[in-house]
Amino acid sequence: MADIGVVIAHIFLFVSLYFEIFLLVTFLERRHEVGGSSEEPTLFPTVTVIVPCWNEVKTLARTVKSLLALEYPKEKLSIFIVDDGSKDGTWEAMQEFKDAPMVTLFRKKNGGKFTALNLGIEQATSEIVGCLDADSIVKPDALKRIIKHFEDPLISAVTPGIKINNPKNIIEHIQVAEYTFSAFIRKVFSFMGAIYITPGPFSFFRRDIFKTIGLYRHAHNTEDLEMALRLQKNNLRIVNAHDAHVYTNAPRTPRTLYKQRVRWIHGFLENAKDYRSLFFKRGHGDLSFFILPTAALSIFLALYFTGFALFNTVIFIINKSIEFSAVGFGLVAQVPHLDWFFLKTESIFIISMILVLLTTTLIVIGRYILDQRVTFSRDIVYFLLFYSFLAPFWLFTSVYRTTFAKKTSWR
Amino acid sequence: MRTLNAKKYIFVFFITFAIFATALYISSFASNKRIEEIKSIEDKIAVDILSSETQYSLLAESSCSDIGNPSLSEELNSLAEKLSYTEGKLGADNTEVLGLKRYYSLLEIKDYLLMKKVTEKCKTKTQVILYFYSNKGDCTECERMGYVLTFLRNEYPGLRVYAFDYNLDLSAVRTLRSMLKIENKLPAVVINDKTYYGFKSIEDVEEIMPGLKTLKETATSTSATTTKKN
Repeated sequence: MADIGVVIAHIFLFVSLYFEIFLLVTFLERRHEVGGSSEEPTLFPTVTVIVPCWNEVKTLARTVKSLLALEYPKEKLSIFIVDDGSKDGTWEAMQEFKDAPMVTLFRKKNGGKFTALNLGIEQATSEIVGCLDADSIVKPDALKRIIKHFEDPLISAVTPGIKINNPKNIIEHIQVAEYTFSAFIRKVFSFMGAIYITPGPFSFFRRDIFKTIGLYRHAHNTEDLEMALRLQKNNLRIVNAHDAHVYTNAPRTPRTLYKQRVRWIHGFLENAKDYRSLFFKRGHGDLSFFILPTAALSIFLALYFTGFALFNTVIFIINKSIEFSAVGFGLVAQVPHLDWFFLKTESIFIISMILVLLTTTLIVIGRYILDQRVTFSRDIVYFLLFYSFLAPFWLFTSVYRTTFAKKTSWR
Repeated sequence: MRTLNAKKYIFVFFITFAIFATALYISSFASNKRIEEIKSIEDKIAVDILSSETQYSLLAESSCSDIGNPSLSEELNSLAEKLSYTEGKLGADNTEVLGLKRYYSLLEIKDYLLMKKVTEKCKTKTQVILYFYSNKGDCTECERMGYVLTFLRNEYPGLRVYAFDYNLDLSAVRTLRSMLKIENKLPAVVINDKTYYGFKSIEDVEEIMPGLKTLKETATSTSATTTKKN
């Protein structure tokens, strides 16, 4: 039984290693595309940024001010702030911007984020439409960086480079490394034509694509994921503007992080079920045959390793309690032998260490992609130390909810 | 219409395979090195025992101070630790491990017999424990007893613990078992020719072997004297 477990662990380690090496090789092939600063756009199409709000009184002003400070021709930019039936005074807070020439305010009954976005899209007349979550802020040059990519007529959507806004505690610092890793992954997926999320913070679309593929839908509270999958299904290209920086507020407590991740992972699994026809389908390239299957597999793979680690931890605890019942802390107090003989050299351990090293490298590359500098920070240490203990909680709940058809909530 | 770059997939497969194979090779290389090290320690101990036996044969013509005390116990302890670690990693049924264990048991018996002869002839006092265990899953207390003996061996370096797998397929161990009339009620420890069955705590063993305390005091005073001289 234990031998089968070890064989499965080896297979899963091989898959994980293959995936990370594939990403690294893809990045190295196109590394010249992430160096230096981007050129200025030659055209400035009209743009609408929709800010859907639901009880965002605390963060809204900062978000809108960052939009007003965008380096973009003012006559070409519209900002739609949509109050989705807030109860905390968001509508009143929005009045601060009612006289700003670029800003239009909307108020509607609560219907969910996607309904607020759809209202904005329906009202927009610009060539490009995008959204910004009301808890995020953008760098002044972010929109220019996004728009540059729309000069290619084949591109339908552009995603940004997302960073964590002002991280303070350890939970936020873990997410800094995670988002940096995601920046690397998003860029490589962009190279592969395999982006399957157009995130809420600052993703942009050609407005006319909504006429072809329809508006946002209620999609298991992960509308940004569903929209990207729909674009992919219709063979519409999504790319990543890694230098278009948007800063988002990360969950600050384990509980809020857990809730957010359950929503994301459960949303991914449900949307993967809805878009199962995209799996292993000719004509959709890497996304269909590699990225989506690996993304789905990775959830189960992580759960397997959690079970494997848990099993070994239980065995370790049992052994230690037997030792303790026999000699107390006697053996611990005695001087340990420093001999190479007792070094861990099991293949699982060696390959896991290679994976940790490779993951660290990819995060460092992610930082290079985002900030054009190569640094190793404490965020990476926190991520490597704690993430694998946190993730199994939301992975398990998400799989459970998907299996037993339980729903998730936004907050 | 997007296509797959098959060449890249194959290329990455080979890189991954190469890294994976290297990791497996390093792991297997380290296991083989461990077994080689155990073999080399066993060979060294065998030579040392042979040397001691030869010295003992010459004892009639020389004094006890010339032969000294054959002190192989530390090397046997280190060997036991490494063998136990390897057994834990490769499994008790591994043929290499079984071979090493048989050889180790023979060395233990030889060392035990030689030590008995020397102590009788030279009238020295040695603290010895013979320990019989089973790792077939039929001895719930053997693991705890093993921890106690490991602790005592580390605590009292002069203590000699000879551990034998009760079920080991080796005629010498079977003979020793029947000589000492060890029943299959494990764990069993033999101290001063008396057999005790069941788990014995550190305190139990220290009570049965009052000489252990003296062993520690002697070691401490010898060490102190040596320090003073320096």
